[in-house]
Amino acid sequence: MSISSKIVDDIVAAGIDFVTTVPCKQLAGVIDEVENREEIFHIPSNKEDEGMGLCAGAFMGGKKPLIIMQNTAIGVTINTLATLTQFYRMPLPMLISYRGELREPVSCQVEMAVHTKALLNQMLIPTYHFHKESDAAELPEILKYTFMCNKPVAILTDASFWGGYGDQ
Amino acid sequence: MIRSEILREIAPILRDNLVVCNIGLPSQELHMIDDQPTNFYMLGTMGLSSSIGLGLALAQDKTVISIDGDGSILTNMGTLPTIANNVADNFVLLIIDNGSYGSTGDQPTYAGKKTSLAAVASACGCENVIECQDKDTGEVLQKAINSKQMTIIISKCDSGNIKLPVITMDPVVIRHRFMEAVKA
Repeated sequence: MSISSKIVDDIVAAGIDFVTTVPCKQLAGVIDEVENREEIFHIPSNKEDEGMGLCAGAFMGGKKPLIIMQNTAIGVTINTLATLTQFYRMPLPMLISYRGELREPVSCQVEMAVHTKALLNQMLIPTYHFHKESDAAELPEILKYTFMCNKPVAILTDASFWGGYGDQ
Repeated sequence: MIRSEILREIAPILRDNLVVCNIGLPSQELHMIDDQPTNFYMLGTMGLSSSIGLGLALAQDKTVISIDGDGSILTNMGTLPTIANNVADNFVLLIIDNGSYGSTGDQPTYAGKKTSLAAVASACGCENVIECQDKDTGEVLQKAINSKQMTIIISKCDSGNIKLPVITMDPVVIRHRFMEAVKA
């Protein structure tokens, strides 16, 4: 089974039924899986803070939401995380591609990578980092934890986790 | 008419529906005019009233009205293609367009100049887009609810504010009360 299928299996098993996505090359496989699952309503967003708004509404309507996004967008979501998700105490698992780590071919991606964990730390967002495929074994517990504590929780997934970018 | 006068007029229509109300003065005005458990007041996060409303409408069957402003739509313009491509027939987006950033001192917005939000919404693929005058907002809103078709209303009105207090209710209380009303 591919790692993308396993991740989406865990998402479905956690009862998550509303997923918004902003694409990243690393996340293409998992986004395809999300799109293909009947159990999930998939709504692509144009921007990550917009997606967090959709998730907030879906949560209040009785759904369990999740956002899939790239770490470069952390900056544009800070206000939304603080004044919506955290202020109103809403759960939001964030599956994030951690661009700019080892095996990254695009130098500019490193510029946000160096801020990623610091920003999440500053926001007091529980953060997990998947570096090896076996790290994903914790995903079911992380999702359970998110809906237990009603907080945004970040899952950073780097290039090594996804198997690199092929011939670079 | 100014925004608070429109809200006062449409309050009896809003009361029977789930309402997501925009940050700042719109929420303070609605809270003062007719506080209801079915109102979700945004205390922050400019621009996301339409996104929260759409997410809520897609998640359950009750009618949802997002009260938004022209400035907030301009802040989150990407919302309109998302709305157009994810039709929720229990969703009405009411944009009160006074051509200004009311909560921050009535600075003019581009919607009050050359930019037509109705044209933008149509170009984004929204199918039922109605621009109306302030005094007709109640009638247009009621028809949109009755039609059971997703509708975007742009209500053109005057710029201006009234003096009123901030909302002191705790956000978690607002959210909990609202979620109980959604389930009821």
